[in-house]
Amino acid sequence: MNLGRAVFNASWVLVLVFLGLPILIVVALSFSSASYLTFPPPAFGVRWYRAYLGSSDWLDSTWLSIAVAASVAVLATVLGTLAALGLPRLPPALRMAVGALVLSPLIVPGIVAAIGIYYVFARYRLVGTPLGLVLAHTCLAVPFVVTSVSASLAGLDRRLERAALSLGATPWGTFYQVTLPLIRPGILVGALFAFITSFDELIVALFLSGSGAVTLPRRMWDDLRFAIDPTIAAVSSLTIALTAVLLLGAHLLRGRRA
Amino acid sequence: MPVLLVTPLAIYMTAFYAWPLASMLLRSVDDPAWTLENFRRFIGDVTFLDVFWITLRTALIVTAGSLLLGYPVALALSRLRSGPAALVLVLVLLPFWTSVLVRSYAWMVLLGRHGLVNELLIGLGVLDSPLRLLNTSFAVCIAMIHILLPYMVLPIASVQRQIDAALLRAAAGLGAPPWRVFLQVVLPLSMPGVAAGVLLVFVLALGFYITPALVGGPHDLMLSMLIAQQVDLLNWPYAACLSTALLATTLLLIVLAQRLPGVRDVMRSATR
Repeated sequence: MNLGRAVFNASWVLVLVFLGLPILIVVALSFSSASYLTFPPPAFGVRWYRAYLGSSDWLDSTWLSIAVAASVAVLATVLGTLAALGLPRLPPALRMAVGALVLSPLIVPGIVAAIGIYYVFARYRLVGTPLGLVLAHTCLAVPFVVTSVSASLAGLDRRLERAALSLGATPWGTFYQVTLPLIRPGILVGALFAFITSFDELIVALFLSGSGAVTLPRRMWDDLRFAIDPTIAAVSSLTIALTAVLLLGAHLLRGRRA
Repeated sequence: MPVLLVTPLAIYMTAFYAWPLASMLLRSVDDPAWTLENFRRFIGDVTFLDVFWITLRTALIVTAGSLLLGYPVALALSRLRSGPAALVLVLVLLPFWTSVLVRSYAWMVLLGRHGLVNELLIGLGVLDSPLRLLNTSFAVCIAMIHILLPYMVLPIASVQRQIDAALLRAAAGLGAPPWRVFLQVVLPLSMPGVAAGVLLVFVLALGFYITPALVGGPHDLMLSMLIAQQVDLLNWPYAACLSTALLATTLLLIVLAQRLPGVRDVMRSATR
């Protein structure tokens, strides 16, 4: 019995190591002082972070990615929150149809969506523009907003809204003063996930970036094809840190939703 | 009023997602005139059959590997007290939200000629010269398992958490040793979660693009890579045919999955 238990414990701990180790190694490597990838790093330093901060190409891509992701977060949150409020009150057949349309980006393979968008966007000169990226990434980010806001609406005590209405509040006043504050954590979590979705997105960017709107993942991809120098390790570590901070924020918001 | 709230998003998704997708897919049958000729041609095509087989094989290996590695983690997740379980969940979820590109890069670093794995094996005296690990099918499978593992762990753990602990106590009380409790009670009751996890991982693996393109070799051409290649060649009818095949397979499997008992509940709770 003890042997079985030991094997079981060892197996899941090893799998967790397998999950975490590659990412830890990238972070450790980004602080290497060597001019190429080597194990173990001869000494530690921040030369690759300095290389990143000294490169206008990398910085331009970083700002573009942040600007696109922020625009996507705003657009997806507005569209997605409105839809999540309306969806449960639609007739069932219509609700199914709209739901399928809105959630389809979770199912359709990324490459199929990417070339479809590219096929049509190229005709309207949207390739190589930040606008094209924002319009496309918003489609991919919307499902996360809709599911997050829908979940917090499902947990909402509808009696609170009825109480406000019976006490003489207008429907708009009820929404603004009762419903909105209660679902705000769900909306913010959706916005954070929308931001991360766009910030990390690569497949659509491969087709839409062109040479005029090279996002951070796109520049990493282009660099990886030539050499895997440690600058990418530094950039990767920074994006991991950014994602971790945003996820922590989402986790704290979720806790407050209770 | 509810219709007005949903309309902006419905119009947006139709204009920037559904319509582009549909007009691209239509190129498979209306180029130059309404025809099924494009489909007929690629069914017998050797390249396509090769790529189809490689894609299927990779997806099957990745699914089996994820199940093997994911099941113990899911079981641990459902058995641990809430504190340690939260820590395990964070360890499962953090890679989940680290970009696929960064995780593929991590495997390029680990498996490279002078990567950690080779250096370690040489340092231990197991190897004399570095093994070719990167740009192989092995690299593709291991990196894809790493990336898709959370999709296996989460549905299984969510089903296991709902197993009535009284059943386990009853089995143990009636004299079943732990391995028998596991084989005859826990394993059968967790099957809906296994089915959901297997289906999710398989479907996602079929359409994988970034990872095989970065860590795979010249013989690891998957369906999604063939599609991208055809777009670069501006061969839209062929790209559209391949996309239709990939999309149809994906949708078929999702529809089948929804019919399995319990799978729908798992999918719903997994996306929350």
